[in-house]
Amino acid sequence: MEKKLFGVAAIFTTPDDIINAASSTVKKGYTKYDVYTPYPVHGMDNAMKLKPSKLGYLTLGFGLTGTFIALFFMWWMMAMDYPMIIGGKPFFALPAFIPVTFEVTVLLATLATVIGMLTFFFYFPNNSHPVHDTSFMKKVSSDKYGVCIECADPKFELEGVKEFLTSVGGIEIEEIYYAVKTEQRIFDPKFITFLIGVAIATSGGIYFALNKLMYMEPFTWMQTQQKLSAQAETKFFTDKFSMRPKIAGTVARGFIPYEYKGLALPPVEIVNPSVPDEKNLALGKKKYLTFCSPCHGNHGDGDSRLRGQFPNPPSLHSLKVREWNDGNLYHIIVNGQNVMPSYESQINVAERWAIVNYIRVLQKAKNASPEEIEIARKEGK
Amino acid sequence: MSEVNYDYKTKELPKSVFTTGIALLIIGTVFGVIGLYLDTQRFLLNYLLAFALLISVGVGALFLVTLEYVAGADWSVPIRRVTEFFSSTVPYLLIIGIPLLFNIGSLFHWSHPEAVAEDKILQSKAPYLNTTFFIIRFFVVGLLWTLFWFLITRNSRKQDITKDQVLTKINIRYSAIFIPVFAITISVASIDWIMSLDPHWFSTIFGVYFFAGTVLASLSAVTYAVVKLFENGYLHPKITKDHLYSLGALLFAFINFWGYIAFSQYMLIWYANLPEETFWYLNRWEGMWIYVSLILIIVHFVVPYSVLLSQPAKMDPKRLKFAALWIIFAHLIDLYWLIMPNYHAENSNPWVYLLEFAFPMAAIGVLCIVFYLSYKKSNLLPLGDPKLERGLKFKL
Ligand code: HEC
Repeated sequence: MEKKLFGVAAIFTTPDDIINAASSTVKKGYTKYDVYTPYPVHGMDNAMKLKPSKLGYLTLGFGLTGTFIALFFMWWMMAMDYPMIIGGKPFFALPAFIPVTFEVTVLLATLATVIGMLTFFFYFPNNSHPVHDTSFMKKVSSDKYGVCIECADPKFELEGVKEFLTSVGGIEIEEIYYAVKTEQRIFDPKFITFLIGVAIATSGGIYFALNKLMYMEPFTWMQTQQKLSAQAETKFFTDKFSMRPKIAGTVARGFIPYEYKGLALPPVEIVNPSVPDEKNLALGKKKYLTFCSPCHGNHGDGDSRLRGQFPNPPSLHSLKVREWNDGNLYHIIVNGQNVMPSYESQINVAERWAIVNYIRVLQKAKNASPEEIEIARKEGK
Repeated sequence: MSEVNYDYKTKELPKSVFTTGIALLIIGTVFGVIGLYLDTQRFLLNYLLAFALLISVGVGALFLVTLEYVAGADWSVPIRRVTEFFSSTVPYLLIIGIPLLFNIGSLFHWSHPEAVAEDKILQSKAPYLNTTFFIIRFFVVGLLWTLFWFLITRNSRKQDITKDQVLTKINIRYSAIFIPVFAITISVASIDWIMSLDPHWFSTIFGVYFFAGTVLASLSAVTYAVVKLFENGYLHPKITKDHLYSLGALLFAFINFWGYIAFSQYMLIWYANLPEETFWYLNRWEGMWIYVSLILIIVHFVVPYSVLLSQPAKMDPKRLKFAALWIIFAHLIDLYWLIMPNYHAENSNPWVYLLEFAFPMAAIGVLCIVFYLSYKKSNLLPLGDPKLERGLKFKL
C-alpha cells in the first residue's frame, strides 16, 4: 500500500515541557499541529491559544429545540388533541411537564454534542487517525506527552521542523506515515456484521438476564389480583367459565320487558310517553343512523347500503306506515317483522321511542304541505 | 518544582470598609427599632430575616471552608481566608439571636399553650415544638457551629506561623465531622426559625432548600469579596481568572441546585395536592404575594442562570461581581418570601413597610465589620498550608 507522510512527532517527558513546547509551537507560527497527552493537562488551552469551541452553540441550539419540541408536543397531545383529566390537574399541567421538558432538552443537547463532535472534529464516518498504531501513540497514551506538526502546515519543512522540535526539548523525533486508503473502513461488511452481532448478543443477553435469570416479583399484589379475568379459564366454577350467564329473571336497566312480545300487532294502542324535543330527536337520529339506516337508508327510503346481501325493506314513507300509530312502530322495533330481526336487546326503551319520533320527523320532512313549509321558512329553520 | 514567592505584604484594607459597616449597622438598627416601635410583630419577623441572612452567610462560609478540606481542593486554598473571614460571623449569631428568644411568643404560634390546647396537630408536635426545647436547640446548634469555627480557623491561622502540616490533617478530620453535623444543624435551624413559623405545615425537603440558599449566599459573599480584592490588587498576583472561574462555576452549579430543589418541593406538593401541604403555597399565591412568588423564579433562577451561563461570564470580574450581589439580593427575597407571609395583622400602616430595608441593612453592616476585623487579625494568604503552592499554580 502507498504510504504518505503525515507529520513529524516528538516526545516530551513532563507536563511543564509539553506546555512549553505547545506555546513555542504557536509562537513559531505553526497552525496545523496537535498535542497528545495521556490526561487533560491544565493550562493547555491557554498554551495552544485555543479559542473556546463553537460546539457549545450547537448544544445550545439543539437544547432549546428539545425544550420547544417537548413543550409543544405535550401541549398538543395533552391539552389539544386528546385532553384527558389526570389527577384533577389542568390539561396543560406545566409543573408536571417540566421534568420531561428538562430531559428532552438534555437528550437533544447531548446527542447534538456527540454527533456534532463526531462529524465536525472526527470526520465521521472516518474512524482512524494517522497517528493511530504508531509507537508515538503508544507512548503518549501511557506516560509521555507529544506534539505532532503536520505536513499540511504551510510552514512545514521536514528538516526545519525536526530541528525546531529538538530545540524545544523534544526527544524521539518520529516521522509519521499513513496508508492512503480509498474505502471507509466503517462500511466494511465484516465490521457491520460484527456490530449487528454484538447488538443482538448484548440485547439478547440482557433480556435473558433481566427477564428470565434474575426475574423476581418484589410484590405481587398489583400483578396477580384476587379476581377472575374475562375469557380466562377458572377453577372456581365447576363449568370452568369465569364469565357467568345472566341469572334467570334479571332485567337490565332501561330494558323493561315488553308485554306484547311475539304478537303480530299490539292489541291496544300504546301511547308514546316521550316528548319530541331537540335532545330527544338528536338521540333518535343517532340511534336511527346506527341501527336502522343500514337497511332503511339515511332518510327511510328503503335504499339499503347492504348491496343485496339482505332483502331491501319497503319505504318508511308509505301511507301505511305514516298512518300507523307510534305504538305500532315501537312494536316492530321490539319484535321485528318477518325477515327484519328484533332490536329488543340492543336498544333500550327510551331510545326506541326516540327512534319512533325521529321516523315521524323524516316522514314529515318528505310529506309537508306548502303551508307548513311556509311556516318553517318564517321560523328560519 | 519552581519556587513560589510567598514574600508579599498583606495590604491594609481601607478603613472605609469598617466605617461603612458601622454606619450601615447604626442606621439599620435605628430604623429597625423605629419599625419595632410602630409594628412589633412585623419588625420581629424582619429581624428574623436579617438573622437568617447572617446564618446563611456565616455558617455557609464555614461549610465552604470544610468542603475545601474534605474535597482536598487546591484552587480555593489561596482564597480560603476570605471564606474564613465571613465564617467569623458564626460566634456572633449566638448574641444576635438572643433578642429573638425573648420574643418567641410574638413570633411562634406554637408557643402559646392556649393555642396548643385546642389544636390536635400542635399537640402532637408539642414534644418538639415547645419553648424550652427550642431554646436548648438554639444554644446547642449555635455552640456546635462556634466550636467547629473556633477549632478550624484557629488551626488554619496557627499554621501560618508553625507551618505544621499536621494541622491540615487535623482540620480535615474536623471538617469530616462537621459536614454531617452541619447537615443536621442547618436543617434544625431552618425548621425551627422558618418552617415552624407556620407550625401546621411541613416539607421534608425544607432543610435542603434552605441549605441551597445558604451556600448561594455565602458563596456570593465570598465571590464578591474575592473579585473586589482581586481587582484592587490585594490578592497574590498568582491568583488569576482561573480561580475566579472556579467560583463562578460553583455559583452557577448552586443556582441550578437551588432551582432543582425549589421546583422539587413545589412539584411534589402541587401534584399530591393534599390540603395540609398546599395551603403554604396558596398563602404565597394570594394578593400581592403571587407577584413575589413569580418574581422569585425570575430573580433567583432565570436571571443568575442566564448571566452565568457562558464560559467567559464565569471569569469576568464585572459580571461575577454583578451576579454575586444579585444572588445575595435574591436570597434576601427568598427569605422574605419564606418569612413574611406569616405576618397577619389587619390594620397597620403600609408606609411602615418601607422601613423593612433596615434590619437586612444592619446585617450587611455586621458582615462588613466582621470582615474588616478578621482581615486585620490574620494573613490574606494561608502561608503554611501545604497545598498553597499548588493552589497558586492552579490552571484550568
Ligand atoms: C337488517 C336490515 C334491517 C334493519 C337494520 C332494520 N330493518 Fe326494519 N325492515 C327490514 C325489512 C327487510 C323490512 C320488511 C319486512 C317485511 O317484509 O315485512 C323491514 C320493515 C320495517 C318496518 C315495517 C315497514 C312496512 O312497511 O311494513 C318498520 C316500521 C321498520 N322496519 C322499522 C325499522 C326500525 C325503526 C329499525 C331500526 C331500529 C329497523 N327497521 C331496522 C330490514 C331492516
